[in-house]
Amino acid sequence: MQPFTTLTGIAAPLDRANVDNIMQPFTTLTGIAAPLDRANVDTDQIIPKQFLKRIERTGFGQFLFYDWRFEADGITPRPDFELNHPALAGATILLAGRNFGSGSSREHAPWSLDDYGFRCIIAPSFADIFYNNCFQNGLLPIVLDEAVVKQLMQKAQASPGYQLTIDLPQQTISDADGFSITFEVDPFRKHRMLNGLDDIGMTLQHEGDITAFEQKRPAWSSRVTAGA
Amino acid sequence: MSKPQTLFEKIWDAHVVRHEEGQPALLYVDLHLVHEVTSPQAFEGLRLTNRRVRRPDLTLATMDHNVPTTDRSLPIVDAISAKQMQTLSDNCREFGVTVFDLKDPRQGIVHIIGPELGLTQPGMTIVCGDSHTSTHGAFGALAFGIGTSEVEHVLATQTLPQSKPKTMEVRIEGTGKLPAGVTSKDIILAVIGKIGTAGATGYVVEYTGAPIRALSMEARMTICNMSIEAGARAGLIAPDETTFNYLKGRPHAPQGEAWEEALNYWQTLRTDEGATYDTTVVLNADDLAPQVSWGTNPGQVLPITARVPSPDDFSDPTEQKTTSRALEYMGLEAGTPLEGLKLDRVFIGSCTNGRIEDLRLAAHLSEGKKVSPTLHAMIVPGSGQVKRQAEAEGLDKVFKEAGFDWREAGCSMCLGMNPDILEPGERCASTSNRNFEGRQGKDGRTHLVSVPMAVAAAIEGRLVDVRRWDKENKGK
Repeated sequence: MQPFTTLTGIAAPLDRANVDNIMQPFTTLTGIAAPLDRANVDTDQIIPKQFLKRIERTGFGQFLFYDWRFEADGITPRPDFELNHPALAGATILLAGRNFGSGSSREHAPWSLDDYGFRCIIAPSFADIFYNNCFQNGLLPIVLDEAVVKQLMQKAQASPGYQLTIDLPQQTISDADGFSITFEVDPFRKHRMLNGLDDIGMTLQHEGDITAFEQKRPAWSSRVTAGA
Repeated sequence: MSKPQTLFEKIWDAHVVRHEEGQPALLYVDLHLVHEVTSPQAFEGLRLTNRRVRRPDLTLATMDHNVPTTDRSLPIVDAISAKQMQTLSDNCREFGVTVFDLKDPRQGIVHIIGPELGLTQPGMTIVCGDSHTSTHGAFGALAFGIGTSEVEHVLATQTLPQSKPKTMEVRIEGTGKLPAGVTSKDIILAVIGKIGTAGATGYVVEYTGAPIRALSMEARMTICNMSIEAGARAGLIAPDETTFNYLKGRPHAPQGEAWEEALNYWQTLRTDEGATYDTTVVLNADDLAPQVSWGTNPGQVLPITARVPSPDDFSDPTEQKTTSRALEYMGLEAGTPLEGLKLDRVFIGSCTNGRIEDLRLAAHLSEGKKVSPTLHAMIVPGSGQVKRQAEAEGLDKVFKEAGFDWREAGCSMCLGMNPDILEPGERCASTSNRNFEGRQGKDGRTHLVSVPMAVAAAIEGRLVDVRRWDKENKGK
């Protein structure tokens, strides 16, 4: 090991708990379920393009659903937007319509949902890239039958502030009225969520396999830097 | 004898680094394309974890989403955009990645430059932090969009853990010759209209059939580009002579003996007889009309001869609600004919329709005509190379004489991250790929169309059926 005596250098801010467990682990969660009864909510709605210019990973919550959430002044909350209901302040679970997160691959979408305070999204279906991006950020996307989502949506609309409990180890969703249902999640993704594991660290454990694969690639394979 | 395989399965199998039961497969990435919007946090992640870019020689960065399409010698007005571009340059220098910045003649939309440089080749795996990466599937490459965490993963490992998607055949039937005024854009819009924006979620789509075989590479790219708009993980078209002829002689295509070796392999990249897809969708191209989107997602699309639908046309309550919301946003009354809708703007460009062939077609149709004085029509080439080629062929003169605004290369008004945006309430015919609320500017109204439809709309100032328009204008 290199001996350490004194050091002068640039201090890099690391706003993550530790780098091997990059994500916040997800085990159980009880929180307010906010109903967003709209289908095909695309990532352009979740976070409009003008907010994609930041080079940070944090601070996107203020832009979540921006065009739906605020009047033209960008400050005044629109009273007709579902999530602006005062009883939904601090909601951690989002109930949404089918094909949630369609369109652009922008990870700013889950970043903004996460930064706003959501930890879980329940919908009848999700767009593929968005679904993957959620797992990368400790945001749990749960697919439930459309009729069940509708039922939960109605409960949440009828009594704003309605709470759900998500139990990832048991794979159940329940409420105080005795509702309970199980949900499906890929076992590997579940393991990662429960432990907040970093994908890259896991892959790099197999570096030998990657190197072996690279040695078998044909010599004519396309290269950006010819002869590199 | 080995089991017959689909094209997708062949490419997939050739890239599995390791696969443990119950886990996603680790897939090797042959080419990683990077742009300024979805990469800064990925490079930052590498710095924080003290990781390097494993294969800078398989990584290419360019600037496209944010770039101004006005005079490049002027400073960039938007300071935040300028910072994002500078950050990409700095990151690429620090990590040894090749970057085409605004001064580079090869700069352009990431999905235009990969193919034009010959970097995109059959049988490859290609990823980019951009959903329209599916474009490259036109070469028989497995190409898909990823998020920024995955960008970081590929930068660090040149691999990606992936669950195996299912396969869907989209078989386009017909003679092979598209009806006059109909293009590959109309094929893909009709497919999305048929199966919906989530119709292919979880699938890799392979487009087959005589009309697909008859398409140029550029027209094939338009089709694969919009696979994501049907929710697909990727779109594929098996490589053939058209593909090989396009590639031959391009800067990064293999040469000499290497070309022969590559060609031998590429010729095996087709779905075997007897191989099966998980599902098949069929569409006939012979009776296809030019398509126009009327709503706020690309599945809300109809032939130009149709009328704006009513929520009552749908039985599903969710569809009814979505339709009435879309009509309200679009400022449309049910029953209004699509043909005749007055426009404020026309946009020709994007990774969907910003290639040289698109511009040639646009020039051919607009020669000797004038853009309607009631609207503003913009043509944005997909890359610096497309722009120079168009200018060498004199296409820019045709456009300027007709009254089109001829711009520098970039994503431009497809997503309006740069100053090219619609004003609230403006109605635009656009050759791009998404008509989401606010996509081209807050409260802007987008109608997705083909290049010929956009040209005819620009000249008439409203949506018209290009088939009849072209006939009436012959000889004028």
